[in-house]
Amino acid sequence: MRLARVGWNALGLLVFGVIAFPIFWMLSTAFKSGPDIVSYTPTWIPLHPTLVHFHDALHTPYFWTDAKNSLIVVSVVVSLSVVLAFLAAVALAKFRFTGRKSFIVLMIVIQMLPANAMIIPLYVVLAKYHQTGQLTGVIATYMTFVLPFCIWTLRGFIVGIPRDLEEAAMVDGNTRLGAFVRILLPLAAPGLVATAIFAFIQAWNEFIFAYILLPDSQKQTLTVWLAGFYGTARGTDWGGLMAASTLTAIPVVVFFLLVQRRIVFGLTAGAVK
Amino acid sequence: MIAPAIFVILGILGYPFYDLVKLSFEQYGLFELIQHKGHWVGLHNFGVMLHDGVFWHTLERTIVFTIVNVSLTIVLGTLVALLLVRVATVVRLMITTALVLAWATPVVVAVQLWYWMTNFENGVANYVFTKLHFGNYIEHDWYATPMSALGVTTTLIVWGAVPFVAITVYAGLSQVPRDLVEAASVDGAGPLRTFRDVTYPVLKPILLVLTSLSIIWDFGVFTQPFLLLQSRPNPGYYLMSIYLFEKSIGLHEYGLGSAIAIVMVLIMLVLSFFYVRRMVRLGDVR
Repeated sequence: MRLARVGWNALGLLVFGVIAFPIFWMLSTAFKSGPDIVSYTPTWIPLHPTLVHFHDALHTPYFWTDAKNSLIVVSVVVSLSVVLAFLAAVALAKFRFTGRKSFIVLMIVIQMLPANAMIIPLYVVLAKYHQTGQLTGVIATYMTFVLPFCIWTLRGFIVGIPRDLEEAAMVDGNTRLGAFVRILLPLAAPGLVATAIFAFIQAWNEFIFAYILLPDSQKQTLTVWLAGFYGTARGTDWGGLMAASTLTAIPVVVFFLLVQRRIVFGLTAGAVK
Repeated sequence: MIAPAIFVILGILGYPFYDLVKLSFEQYGLFELIQHKGHWVGLHNFGVMLHDGVFWHTLERTIVFTIVNVSLTIVLGTLVALLLVRVATVVRLMITTALVLAWATPVVVAVQLWYWMTNFENGVANYVFTKLHFGNYIEHDWYATPMSALGVTTTLIVWGAVPFVAITVYAGLSQVPRDLVEAASVDGAGPLRTFRDVTYPVLKPILLVLTSLSIIWDFGVFTQPFLLLQSRPNPGYYLMSIYLFEKSIGLHEYGLGSAIAIVMVLIMLVLSFFYVRRMVRLGDVR
């Protein structure tokens, strides 16, 4: 038995190594000095740690503009989606009306559509209104996948709030609006925060729409900036690239750690009881 | 209350979707894009697509690619979940942390990272493979053949997808009644038998949902192959989403592209049927 346990733990450490290695390698490369990065025999740990790659990445043309663009796009998309989705989700969860079921089905189906199938008509429509190369066009296209996702996820959170609580509040003399503000809103708050963070991660990570709709390097988002990061003329600046990757990943990883448990819930709601 | 959401969805999704269907029956190239007007050509675009050998090769390649990716993701994810139950708390914590980090890594970042590791000059993969005596991998070009290049793409996708499966299945494993497992082992069932008769039935609904989701994601995957293989716009490397991109945005054949997109959407709808049905059923109960 003891031998078996040692064996499982050894295997566990091996699995840990395989999964963690790419992340370790990104950080290690980002902090290494230039010669250590390109030597054929790799230096595993940065022996002469340096911040020069981060400095380079931050001073690459358009980093700050594109980071700002990402922030603008993401915050507009997330706030619009969460507000609209909250209203829709409350309606879906609390009221019965004709077309309710088809609407729910539609929300799930939309999320299954391949993003780059929709890019063609969106591109054509946006070209018609001269919105290619504009952040507004990107914001509109991001709403196409963030909004249905938010409605679906929020609905899951709101369905879980017992109806009795609101009814009790109304019996106690609250209006419907009062019950909504005093009971439903505070109880749904954690769900709202989690949904907003998922929406943030999705919008921040998005690449295809931004890549196709924003050809001008002054007006791109951070993922497009990172995809086009080549570094110096002598070849790819691997240290800079890894530092840039780390910088792009940090906001996502931080937020992700906050809500990771709820993501399992959101995507497979019900399958895991 | 629901009206604003419906209004927005109709505007940003309904109208473009109608456009997609309309475009697929139209000749719509760069000229028409400037004119903002296409002209009706009936089923011509679909005919062009179905007579394009590249379409069929790409479809076949994408199906094989999807099967390989989904099987690897689900099998490895489940194995990691089963391993998580058997290791000491410290090791479990270490693996879970690594899983969450890999999961949280944005796709574009993951692509750059794997591109660097598999770089032919000083990528760490070549060094490790040579040191482990898998042969001479010095200056080995991982992107030289479609097989090897799609293999790297698969590794990248599976690395990013295993955490979700592993963590979800691990959560599901807590639903497996402990006494049943013990009873099975008292009755002399081996680990394989116990898995098949006790654990698997509990996990089955979870695995089905995970498999459907993975099929949908992998069939339509774009960013990873596009960025990893972008230096080789060669039909031998195409997956459906890349083929669609090259034909529509790349060649400005928006009509033909829409026809390809319609076919992809139809395939996706068929593939996601199970998932949608299950979700709707759950949505009704809860």
